[in-house]
Amino acid sequence: MNLTRVGIIYRKELIDALRDRRTIISTIVLPILMFPLLTLGFGFVAGKSLQKVEREGSTIMLLGETNAPALAKTMRETDGIRVVAPSEDYVVLISEKKLRAAVEFPPNFEQETRMTSDKPPQVKIYNFEGETRSQVAVRNVQKVFDDYRKQLVAARLAESGLTKDVLKPFATKQENVAAPEKVSGNVIGGLFPYLIIFLCFMGSLAPAIDLTAGEKERGTIETILASPVSRLDLVVGKFLIVFTASIVTAVVSLASFALTFSLPFVVAREFAQRNPVPFDISVKGVASVLLMMLPLAVMFAAVLMAIGLFSKTTKEAHSYASPLMLLVLMPAMAAMVPGFDLNAALAFIPVLNVSLVSKEVLTGNYPWLLILLVFASSWGYAAGALSLAVSAFKRESVLFRT
Amino acid sequence: MIEATNLTKVFRDRKGGDIRAVHGITFRCQPGQIYGLLGANGAGKTTALRLLATILQPTDGTARVAGFDIREQPEKVRASVGFLSTATALYGRLTPRETVEYFGRLNGLNGDKLRRRTEELFALLEINEFADRRCDKLSTGMKQKVSIARTLVHDPPVMIFDEPTLGLDVMAARTIVGFIRDCRSCGKTVIFSSHVMSEVQKLCDYIGIIHQGRLLAGGSLAELRQRTRQADLEEIFIQMVEAAP
Repeated sequence: MNLTRVGIIYRKELIDALRDRRTIISTIVLPILMFPLLTLGFGFVAGKSLQKVEREGSTIMLLGETNAPALAKTMRETDGIRVVAPSEDYVVLISEKKLRAAVEFPPNFEQETRMTSDKPPQVKIYNFEGETRSQVAVRNVQKVFDDYRKQLVAARLAESGLTKDVLKPFATKQENVAAPEKVSGNVIGGLFPYLIIFLCFMGSLAPAIDLTAGEKERGTIETILASPVSRLDLVVGKFLIVFTASIVTAVVSLASFALTFSLPFVVAREFAQRNPVPFDISVKGVASVLLMMLPLAVMFAAVLMAIGLFSKTTKEAHSYASPLMLLVLMPAMAAMVPGFDLNAALAFIPVLNVSLVSKEVLTGNYPWLLILLVFASSWGYAAGALSLAVSAFKRESVLFRT
Repeated sequence: MIEATNLTKVFRDRKGGDIRAVHGITFRCQPGQIYGLLGANGAGKTTALRLLATILQPTDGTARVAGFDIREQPEKVRASVGFLSTATALYGRLTPRETVEYFGRLNGLNGDKLRRRTEELFALLEINEFADRRCDKLSTGMKQKVSIARTLVHDPPVMIFDEPTLGLDVMAARTIVGFIRDCRSCGKTVIFSSHVMSEVQKLCDYIGIIHQGRLLAGGSLAELRQRTRQADLEEIFIQMVEAAP
């Protein structure tokens, strides 16, 4: 290998890539915008629509209102509940989302609730299962009933000369003994490696294909093959650029991820309050995950280059890469499945091993033997992929596939 | 100097059968001469020239280019060759200056030497005017000039042209033809493939007629005329191809 020539190729490909709009978008622009847009955008939309639901209130109908005059009055006075006049077609109205729920009181409901009996009276709440606003209405109505139930219980206890304590013979209390970083690691330990794996793959996709199938398509591959540079130097130079793009994408997205949640944007804060995301991850954990990702980034870059080289056009290359993405994402997602933990056999399955070991490391566990197994097998796969890319560059049937 | 000996290239087709694209070609091309490889489409011209430029590897036989064996020293061969074809496009996102300097560096030039050589070529080929514009914004004629500068940057003793005028307009083709002549007058060894009879007739000192991968005949135009008793190159070509087994 001639390092000077590898350097010359790397420099040229870097200039070329920096002038390619598609590479810039997928390597830098998209990762920068992804987290703010996803979190802030989603948080904003979710917050707005929740506010709207709250402002509008739940439209409900009371059936047999005369059986529960006091409760009906409370409901009318409760914020977030709007009572409309009863009608026969409540089922249709609920199905058409014109009404959120209907409450049916049985005859003499309030009188019967004041007496103890073997068969307590039953209120029916008609609703649209799975429909958010209907469920909000059910929740609001249930709250009124809960308060009413508590009042009745308190009254009955008082009548019998008992206090509320009789209902609570003992108490339980949960206490967290794990370090905060372990708790955070468990919560986002699966998500974090998944995102990094996904981004490493996405970051190398565009340049890997542009530098191989793209060169074939544009007719520059023969120009460079006719120069004195060796095929090995050529593939190493190109590989290093794809690898760089992959790492840049991962680093840029991480920075964007961190900034999104630390900058004092009003919406971000609001969102963070609503869904507290624990960020108490140790620097050591993040650094270890990034280190474990290196062989994976090498493998992605090399495999995508081999695919790009085999393809006649960039379109063909993308059609091969899409199913591959699924193949990468599925094991990466597996780390998010609760209770799915790393063992010696799983340490040999590419992508899955790295995503599972990352979860361990982020929760503060360092099973050294398994880590070593994962690291060694990942580098083994990376080396295999790289030699596949090199041999593809040396094969005429691949370079000049017709 | 180019000396091909029994040069053969066999491709595998999808069904596992053999396709002999180049079949035992032997010829010699001297410095200061233009050797024209004349053949129909699919005759094996491109494969033969790719073998000489070491873009492909021969299945059998070999060739010496500028004193280096194409099997043993492919990188030295490529360092001694300027290869130009319609398939050798330019990097659209680079400027002519970046392109020429890139190929200069890959050929071991750098610093003042590379700058001087680039300036010299840009002046000669009148590239200065658009030297810092991106290649994908250039006209076909301008691109051809940049391609020529790219092949010449390391001043190679051997030039290989594969149908260099294919698809070009008259003006762009004239630039190329003029350039090929200049290469000969500089004492370079030039090999050139075409299916355009008039071009071959005008340019070449020596003509090889290639058909279905085999070299049917080789010689100067006068020799070919004498052998076939035909005056016109097209008639000579037809007669030879029809007589081929």
